[in-house]
Amino acid sequence: MRYAETGFNLEIDLTRGNIEKVATDPRETELYLGGLGTNAKILWDRVPPEVGAFSPENLLIFSAGLLCGTPAVGCNRTIVTTISPQTQLMAFSMMGGFFAPELKYAGLDKVVLRGKSPNLVYIWIHNDKVELRDASHLKGKGSLETAEAIRKELKEPKAQVAAIGKAGENRVFYASIEQGRSSASRGGIGAVMGDKGVKAIVVRGTKDVNIAKPLEYMELCNEVMEYIQFRNENPIPGVMPILAGLGSPQKMKVHDEKWHTENFNWGNSRVRRKDFWTEEVARNWLVTMEKARTRLISCYNCPMTCGATISMPGLPTYMMKCFTKLTYTMGAFSDLDFGLRIAQKATEYGLDGFSAPQVMAFALELLEAKILSPDDFPGMPEDNEGRFYYLLDMIVNREGIGDVLAEGTYWAAKKIGKGAQAYAHNNIKKHEQLPLKLSMLNPIYFLMYCTGEKMNITQIEGQFPQAPYPKREHREAFVKDWFHVPDEKFKQYFLDWEPRGENSMPFYPTVDMCCDIVDWQERMHYIDDALGQCAGLSSFPLKPPYHIHNYPKFISAGAGIEMDEEKLSQAAKRYRTLVRAINIRRGMRRKDERPPEDHWKKRFPELEKELLDTYYKFKGWNNDGIPTKESLDEQGLSYVADDFIERGILTEGKDLPGQETSGNQTSAEHKTH
Amino acid sequence: MTGDKIKKTEPQKKTIKTIKINVDKCNGCRACEMICSAFHAAPKYSSNNPARSRIRIIREPLRDLYVPVYAGEYTVSECAGRDKYTIDGKEYDECSFCRASCPSRDEFKEPDSGLPLKCDMCEGEEEPLCVKWCMHDALILEERQEDAEDTDSRKEEQEDLEIGLESLADKFGMDKILDVVARMNAKD
Repeated sequence: MRYAETGFNLEIDLTRGNIEKVATDPRETELYLGGLGTNAKILWDRVPPEVGAFSPENLLIFSAGLLCGTPAVGCNRTIVTTISPQTQLMAFSMMGGFFAPELKYAGLDKVVLRGKSPNLVYIWIHNDKVELRDASHLKGKGSLETAEAIRKELKEPKAQVAAIGKAGENRVFYASIEQGRSSASRGGIGAVMGDKGVKAIVVRGTKDVNIAKPLEYMELCNEVMEYIQFRNENPIPGVMPILAGLGSPQKMKVHDEKWHTENFNWGNSRVRRKDFWTEEVARNWLVTMEKARTRLISCYNCPMTCGATISMPGLPTYMMKCFTKLTYTMGAFSDLDFGLRIAQKATEYGLDGFSAPQVMAFALELLEAKILSPDDFPGMPEDNEGRFYYLLDMIVNREGIGDVLAEGTYWAAKKIGKGAQAYAHNNIKKHEQLPLKLSMLNPIYFLMYCTGEKMNITQIEGQFPQAPYPKREHREAFVKDWFHVPDEKFKQYFLDWEPRGENSMPFYPTVDMCCDIVDWQERMHYIDDALGQCAGLSSFPLKPPYHIHNYPKFISAGAGIEMDEEKLSQAAKRYRTLVRAINIRRGMRRKDERPPEDHWKKRFPELEKELLDTYYKFKGWNNDGIPTKESLDEQGLSYVADDFIERGILTEGKDLPGQETSGNQTSAEHKTH
Repeated sequence: MTGDKIKKTEPQKKTIKTIKINVDKCNGCRACEMICSAFHAAPKYSSNNPARSRIRIIREPLRDLYVPVYAGEYTVSECAGRDKYTIDGKEYDECSFCRASCPSRDEFKEPDSGLPLKCDMCEGEEEPLCVKWCMHDALILEERQEDAEDTDSRKEEQEDLEIGLESLADKFGMDKILDVVARMNAKD
């Protein structure tokens, strides 16, 4: 018997309408755990670098994490993996909610889609019964509308639905996959789903998920519950409210938006409004939020309430979480009422809340700079908010200039030319980043921005405080119950970290310390993404209930795989390297690994070079960011090394790249378009 | 709870367990369903499956409906007439508050066998585990002592039985009733 996982994947060839349930190899679970790890393995094995995002040979994988559907609190994430149309690299966006556990209860770990359906369909999985059903009547429907309609027509109110809206159908490069209160938004995976002709995946399961060592496992779960309670009652002092507790940033609960509105940038990530948060704004926004929010809501088996049901007068109800609360508001220099209203439409369309408003603000900047002309925006309203609604529709329908903007700021700027590239200023690896511009280089964040392959800083940061505490006594108090560290040395790193003077940024933490800190933070995210654990109870907040010390026990007792910290860290390193290998094979190199030029005002080129040099070495990568043969062999990834050598990416016996490979990216670009 | 032999002595006490359900505090996470099914798995906690749970959240997020309901009695036939409630402006569907394991719906039946499920308050635990796992206090356990049934209530029961039988005899005739009773008896 398989424990925690079901041991079966569903393989669907959409072109031929062929559906197969395939048993998986338990040895793969031991090596790559599950979720992201085994997704990466499948993508490496089956999607060669010549395959573009919109090729029928591209795969779209929906995976439950290894521990999803077990009693592990907050373990409910679906990891969606494919090739991104925007970055043309591996995309692995994730969503919480209820989909992954339901998939497990239906007896499946993954749904692997390949090919393209000739007509728009939805996939209906009811335990062992799987159907491809006509979805032509759902074409153009919103994501939530679609979910409701499908539940009704199937008479299955408990079915979980992951659907795309119009943006996905029209292959907008930042289209999301929406699932009730959650969404997998980044990297344009919704566009791949639309390209494959799949409107929704619907699942209902009523089977058991088994646990290897039940009593041990429950004890671990109870400890986590108790610690969550403790942390809820004991927020961390000295940090801003959203960093003090557990969960995703509690944007639905917390009214005080001083920090984000005054530190994050408005418009196309341009303007910092340092005294925006007045008493009047605070009052108005509080009223707006209180009126709009009907209930704080959770994902499956989680006591945190990171989401909310939002009902704006005159608009259909929708659900929201986290930072989308502010992205449209700030993109348009507007207020919360506007932000919550346009987000309703954008959620039904199925769009990434980070990229979409930046693209719209970018378009208006180009108009102002006369790079685009009023003729490019026929019939656009005069008022600011009206313009954003106008652009939203143009983009989602791929109408006129919207067709260009639908590909994100990087590709749009390239197509528009005339200096538009300078306005696509907030990208890493072609992907829109958080609208954050700061003063002093933070060496830890520098490394995370450069090397993060989840493309989003929130998906790699966490665990280690974002900034030093002013007083040593506060730091001492902080480290007292900081048992989560993988090694005692992290406590010392933090104790000696000062806001000013010798031990301050950018030269402290030292380069070596930064490597340790980034590696720890990244490792925890990668473990979460394989287990299906929400980062909100694990890798994202300070002092979380899940950490490197109890995770091995969860895996041993839950999945029956013998595990310790060392073995777990090795597994995480293995599939993390595999993610990089997939991207390296697709042309990603050191040149792509840099934060936006204007991310910090004070830059230190020599230090930055040293940071990257050292971190690459630390990770077992050569100076171009390519995993070396030696390190690949060590991790049991010799098949990757062989492939690299065959392709000339590595040369046998040498750590340096065999040839200049920057041409790869361009050839991949042509494939997509 | 009351034992079989009831003698006329001082009134015995029995514990009544009530779960207070606050629908406004429910956030729909379904931890209660999960832990219920895990607790009732054999061996205990060896598996979980909310479709086997004896508590269900009748849940419609877009209409803001969240009603945790406990499995009650099994019923062979569904109600002929049903009710819809409107509370605080929200309309609750038929059966939203009903605890029955009933042919009209999937709730409270084993998914494989269709056998009815019934909440047992997690006999042997300090408190029902759904209550323990609900960190938002949507579910709260209350216990109170009540006098156990005494002989008077036994007498009442006897009277009820006689009234019922009389009405059946009126309707079908005593012979038929005796026939049926004899047949039922023979089955055992």
